[in-house]
Amino acid sequence: MRVLKAFIAVVALVLVALLVAQVPGGQSLLGIVLPYLAFAIFLGGFIYKVVDWAKSPVPFRIPTTCGQESSLPFIKQNKLDCPTTKTQVVGRMLLEVLLFRSLFRNTKASIHDGPQLAYGSNKWLWLFGLLFHYSFLVIVLRHMRLFTDPIAGFVAPLEFVDGFLEVGATTIYQSSFILLAAVTFLFLRRVVRPYLRYLSLPADYFPLMLIFAIGATGLLMRHVFRVDIVSVKELTVGLVTFSPAINGQIGAIFFVHVFLVCVLLAYFPFSKLMHLGGVFMSPTRNMANNSRMVRHENPWNDPNIKPHSYEAYEDEFREFMVESGLPVDKQPEPAPAEPEAGQAAPEEESKA
Amino acid sequence: MADTKAAEMKVKVVKEPSLMTGSVPTRDWWDVEAIFKPGNYCYPAKKSIVEYHGKNLPGLFGEPRDWEVESDDWVLPDNWKEIIINGIKERLDKFRSLKIFMDCCVRCGACADKCHFFLGTGDPKNMPVMRAELFRSVYRNDFTTAGRILGEIAGARPMTFKVLKEWFMYFYQCTECRRCSVFCPYGIDTAEVTMMGRELLHLVGVGTNWILEPAANSNRTGNHLGLQPHTFKENAEFLIDDIEEATGVRLESLNFNRKGAEVLFIIPSADVFADPGIFTFMGYLLIFEQIGLDYTISTYSSEGGNFGLFTNNELMKKLNAKMYAEAKRLGVKWILGGECGHMWRVIHQYMNTMNGPADFLEVPRSPITGTVFENAAATKMVHISEFTADLIHHNKLKIDKSRNDHRTVTFHDSCNTARGMGLLDEPRYILKNVCNNFYEMPENTTRDKTFCCGSGTGLNTGEIMDLRMRAGLPRANAVRYVADRHGVDMLSCVCAIDRATLLALNQYWNPEVEVCGVSELVGNALVMEGEKERETDLRFTPLAGMEG
Repeated sequence: MRVLKAFIAVVALVLVALLVAQVPGGQSLLGIVLPYLAFAIFLGGFIYKVVDWAKSPVPFRIPTTCGQESSLPFIKQNKLDCPTTKTQVVGRMLLEVLLFRSLFRNTKASIHDGPQLAYGSNKWLWLFGLLFHYSFLVIVLRHMRLFTDPIAGFVAPLEFVDGFLEVGATTIYQSSFILLAAVTFLFLRRVVRPYLRYLSLPADYFPLMLIFAIGATGLLMRHVFRVDIVSVKELTVGLVTFSPAINGQIGAIFFVHVFLVCVLLAYFPFSKLMHLGGVFMSPTRNMANNSRMVRHENPWNDPNIKPHSYEAYEDEFREFMVESGLPVDKQPEPAPAEPEAGQAAPEEESKA
Repeated sequence: MADTKAAEMKVKVVKEPSLMTGSVPTRDWWDVEAIFKPGNYCYPAKKSIVEYHGKNLPGLFGEPRDWEVESDDWVLPDNWKEIIINGIKERLDKFRSLKIFMDCCVRCGACADKCHFFLGTGDPKNMPVMRAELFRSVYRNDFTTAGRILGEIAGARPMTFKVLKEWFMYFYQCTECRRCSVFCPYGIDTAEVTMMGRELLHLVGVGTNWILEPAANSNRTGNHLGLQPHTFKENAEFLIDDIEEATGVRLESLNFNRKGAEVLFIIPSADVFADPGIFTFMGYLLIFEQIGLDYTISTYSSEGGNFGLFTNNELMKKLNAKMYAEAKRLGVKWILGGECGHMWRVIHQYMNTMNGPADFLEVPRSPITGTVFENAAATKMVHISEFTADLIHHNKLKIDKSRNDHRTVTFHDSCNTARGMGLLDEPRYILKNVCNNFYEMPENTTRDKTFCCGSGTGLNTGEIMDLRMRAGLPRANAVRYVADRHGVDMLSCVCAIDRATLLALNQYWNPEVEVCGVSELVGNALVMEGEKERETDLRFTPLAGMEG
């Protein structure tokens, strides 16, 4: 059901684009107005979200330590998994962001007769996650051919590497196919694995299907329904230079592709896709484990919260303390001190 | 003891239909209600206890009242939903972690089978991602654009009594162990979510007695057990007799509330009271006696542990504040802390922020070896394992390793010291120097990937024994592994909750394996001046070769 909802949404988006592309002025809307609007929502929304996160303080230093702390000289610190300096934190973050280090730790648990629990290696999610993100990045960078004139220097070498499997007249970029394969994997695991199906929301299927549709329309445009690439480039360069114009017949498939990209951009800041920004700001990963070395300040620390004072404690127990030979700050007076509050005796079992 | 016999449980955890055993849930998660029945929930806090906390920290513990968990009327205030929603708002503004963890989860499921509660129960809502979704769904409904517009499609649902019941059930089936956080690609820490969830529950007067009563005791008498100063002292002194009986040496150095001592020593209070913590305490005292440490123990700040951590950050701060207050009053130079897991989470990651700066103390320096503990330069508190490892490294302890030859030992990393501090190799260094037979448990079950004892964060109460035995299964199973392969019969640890809970867990799953603190094994191995010929260890078990 949740899969279906997402599927219907993506199909509806495709149909809307096809329809709008046919009506007068529709192509300008899809090719010019919406891209500007979507990009503005993406940029504005992204910044708003990051600023909103940043507005909340990090009251406590709470890194998840995944290795040996820095303590004694003869005990080797794990600088990447338990960093104490900024440089070490940067190292940890680079591994996290560029190589998905935490996901690399993934295991698969199973229970067997005995009972016996086993934890097997399970790197598929890591592998396909990495393939997905890197092929996406390569594709975005390759698209810079359309937005730069003259074409940015990094595009040609990137295209060369990405397209080394030259088949037929049109270069095949493997990143496109890797992306589709990875998205398919990420989708299928959600549907096939029972626990993932149980916890997945429409908001998990929707972006996967949307990105699949973007990739598919892109491939169709390149290899099946050829579009007028000269007009496309005029439009895309026009968008960047704020003088957009649609000249000639580009082909409806192009507008479907662009519309889906616009939806993705506009959807981005309101969705889980914001993990792109969040991964940099997660306090369990981006903080040094140096809370005993340097005092971490909490801006809302309440100075009015005080301990139950020693004086009140001694007042309550002074007689007993003196009797059992414990030193006291004040010698007992004839009048007994007022107890603070009635307390039930502790339960029989020990509490640590 | 648990309601279900171990023999029966061994079959149940494998065969009973659950998400862990391959059976597929048929209903969507938000259609499944939390149903409370005896054995699956902790008893609510007594009215008098809530009253006491409410007096000290107004507004944080709700209306004191009598209520029953199984009832459909929790006698909540009329505006309880408003209190919760405002409470979420306040916490979003105070904790960046909460905002990030609410917004960034992609539900990749990497955390799902990393939770000991999930592995032991197979309950889908014990997958960390689902536990957080119980909170996240309400967050989306009231605090996100997508949730406000799209509602259920965006995974949003309003706060209802049904949701509140789920929160109470599943935020008390999480021990804030942070194992899921190790595997999460964004480091999302369910411990943070559970902490926030529990803070909110307390706001509307939903809390458990096993947590709030020890916290009240700790505030008033100085320790969770509610031991008054003279009793605390007597208990500790009683152990001097036991040490004398085992070693032939009468310790002279134990003292309390002494001004001008160099070091204030703070332990989890169970170490003076409950077996097997008392043997760990004997170990501490033997170390101090041998090196002639100038220390004192406080009866006012006689609790290292802090059940405030399982309640709200305000109570945590209030209870923790005693440590620095007492160090200041006694005029010590620095503080040494005993073996306790959550105590060290608080000391390492919270204490100096909450109650510092401790500028009246000096940077800790071992008077025996001269080592300056730069890693504790600001907080000024050193872990006993750091302290002892340093002593051993400098050959300052007289050790006869063979005195632990009657034991085959493994080591359990407690969650908090492992994932909230990084104390991993110090205890291992000590163990390898005081015993000859030491074996590690399998790699996915130790160090940063260690499994919780199953009963942390105030869940070590008798009324949920079945749950605890299930949650502790991953740990117990790893112990089983080394017991079968290497004949391990002693599970050592640096945590007082562990010493209580692993004992019950092993009695259930691995009856031949006992539990001890690391310092107990040090104590066994110490060659004391003027000692008699040692025939037994500190718990009067015959040493190797002394059995007949």
